Order: sequence, then C-alpha cells, then structure tokens
Amino acid sequence: MARWIPLWLHKLGSPPTFYRFAGALRPWMLALALLFGLIGLYGGLVLAPPDYQQGDAYRIIFIHVPSAWMSMFIYAVMGVAAFIALVWRIKLAEVVAMESAPIGAAFTFITLVTGSLWGKPMWGTWWTWDARLTSELVLLFLYLGVIGLYHAFEDRRQGARAAAFLAIIGIINVPIVHFSVNWWNTLHQGSTVNLFGPSKIAWDMLWPLLSMTLATKFYYAASLFRRVRTDLLALEGGKDWVRKIAESEART
Amino acid sequence: MNPTRKRRLIIVALVVAAASLAIGLGVYALQQNMNYLFTPSQVQAGRADHYKTFRLGGMVKGGSIQRSDNSLKVTFTVIDAGGAMPVEYTGILPDLFRDNQAVIATGHMDGARFVATEVLAKHDATYMPKELKDAMAKAHANKKIEEAAAQDKTP
Repeated sequence: MARWIPLWLHKLGSPPTFYRFAGALRPWMLALALLFGLIGLYGGLVLAPPDYQQGDAYRIIFIHVPSAWMSMFIYAVMGVAAFIALVWRIKLAEVVAMESAPIGAAFTFITLVTGSLWGKPMWGTWWTWDARLTSELVLLFLYLGVIGLYHAFEDRRQGARAAAFLAIIGIINVPIVHFSVNWWNTLHQGSTVNLFGPSKIAWDMLWPLLSMTLATKFYYAASLFRRVRTDLLALEGGKDWVRKIAESEART
Repeated sequence: MNPTRKRRLIIVALVVAAASLAIGLGVYALQQNMNYLFTPSQVQAGRADHYKTFRLGGMVKGGSIQRSDNSLKVTFTVIDAGGAMPVEYTGILPDLFRDNQAVIATGHMDGARFVATEVLAKHDATYMPKELKDAMAKAHANKKIEEAAAQDKTP
C-alpha cells in the first residue's frame, strides 16, 4: 500500500479536514443520486416490461429492494463506525455513526411501508409475523433505540458512546434479516438478486434496480455528509477553525 | 496500540462475542420449534396435532380449484412432495392465487379437511416479462416434442 494512504486517512479523521472534504464532495454525490434515481425510475416504471405473474404491481421492488439493502448497509456502516468510536474514541467516527441512524431508520421505514402495500394485493395481508418481516421491524426499533439513547444524555459524546454500544450489539440482527428467508419457512420470498450465482430476474428489470441501488447509495453519502458537517460545527463550536468559517460567512 | 485502547478493544470484542453467542443460541433454538407453517405431509405425520389452529403451506394442485356458484366458497387441494390435503375457504383470494402457486392457509382441521380462515399466496423470487415466460414455455414444449420425435426414430 502506498505510504500516503494511511496518512491521508489520518488527516481525514480531523474535523476541519473532513468538513472541507464532505463539503466539496456533497454536490457531486447529490447530483449522482438524482441522475441514477431518474434513470432507475424511468427504466423501472416506464421501460421495464410487466411481470408474468404480478403484472405492474411488481414495480414496487424498484423502491422496496434498494431501501431494504440500504437499511442493512447503513446499519453495517453504523456498526463499524461505532466500533471505531468505542475503541479509538475518534470524534468523527462517533458523529458518522450517530448521524447514520436517522437515515437508516428512514430507509427501514420505507422498506416496511412499501412491502406492506405490496403484500396486501399479492399475499393477501398487510402484515404477518414471519421471520423476515419481524427481523426487519426489529431493525427499525434498533435504529430508533440508537437515536433515542444518543439524545437521552446531556453530554453528546457520552450519549454517542452509550448508543454506539447498542449499535454494535444490534449488528447481530443484520445477518438474521438477510438469512431469515433461508433459515425458516417464511411467507417472504428468497433472494432474487445474487452476487454469487445467477439472479432470478430478467435483465430488463435488473438494470433499473441496480441503478436505483446506486442512487440510494449516493443519496446516503450526500445526506450523511450534510448531517456530519452540521454536527461537527455544533460539536466544535469553540474551536478556531469553526470561528474562521463563521467569520468568513459573516463577511460575505 | 496503547494499553487503554487495547483494553477497550478486548472489552468491546468480548461483549459482542457474548451477545452473538446468546442470540445465536436463541436463533438456533427457535429453528427447532418456530414453525411458520406445516406442509401437508408434516400434518399427516401428526406434527401439527398439538395446535388448534396452524398454517398449512404447499402448492395448489393443478385443476383442483372449485368455486361455488352462489357463494365465495372455494375448495382446492394443497400438495407437497409427499402429501395432499383438501382445503375449504370462504372469502376473497389474493391476486396470485392460482393453480401450481405456493399458498399459506391459516385455519384448523375438520376431520381430514382443512378449513381455512385466511389464505395467503406466497410469491417466488423470479421476475420476468410475460413474453419471456411464454417463449420459455414454448421452447420447453418444442423440446418435449423433439425428444418424443427422437424417441420415435430410435428403433
């Protein structure tokens, strides 16, 4: 590995550097999210053919599946950041973990609502206590628990550490969500898109899905960067670099 | 790594390991007795005898659906690899309910018949356009004809 990478990462961990880095990258992330989102939605809602069994009702997967993937992906990011925050006490890791939670909770909520809307006509029920649905609901409660615990403390850093512990323990639920359809007899179907092995979906339907997946990833990055920037300013309120930004903003 | 960080690392790793073990054992235990559904052969083997109401899961046997003329009553047969069970249901069925579709019915046994209070259709994980499905069915049928023809030719 090149020598400069660890050094660069080390520098990136300092709040002022990350503040500038996130600020420079955020517009690009947002633009990419919009671009891939529009392509994915057009491809999914207009170009993709109707399904042989479900007709047009299957089109909810272009929202439901990317959201479900994000609900697990964001939890994994939050878990890793929480781990770094607990062991190395890096301020940036705490902020990243805590600011990921509301975005992840939103994606989990979207997953549950869209799944429910699809479940009523297709399965015949809004909700059933099968392993996949229940574990996804537990994931939502874990997110809400992390958000609640973080805000329950007067001291934000102390709150972040307590919530980080909850986030790390809750990460065990992520593989349960993913493998629930294999471990138990569930109403929810198994995986359609597989990284290893053939996917059980036609290409005309797969590419809008992948485009939406990229869109949600970029949206997460854009949203996280904005939230982290705001939080860093609040946390480092008394520091020189924040004062300089405030002064330059006041001048313009 | 300095001693404080090392200590924190060990503590966090231990807590995560302990929690994983506890939850892993819980999940393993649930696998033994958490049954969302029973299949017809499992029911006929007496696995569902302790339950007053339970879920029956399997495929709708092709051609077994019979609708009543003057009510919403439907009777059909649910099959799995080694068993079949007649099911009776009164009510509106989901869109995906049809021949050879996986279904999950909630209800109770009435003699050898299963009386359902709710019927859910299970969707498989395959998505494809209708044209592709038709083309595949056609190719499948052609292949069968060719095979039959090939068999006829061989003396």
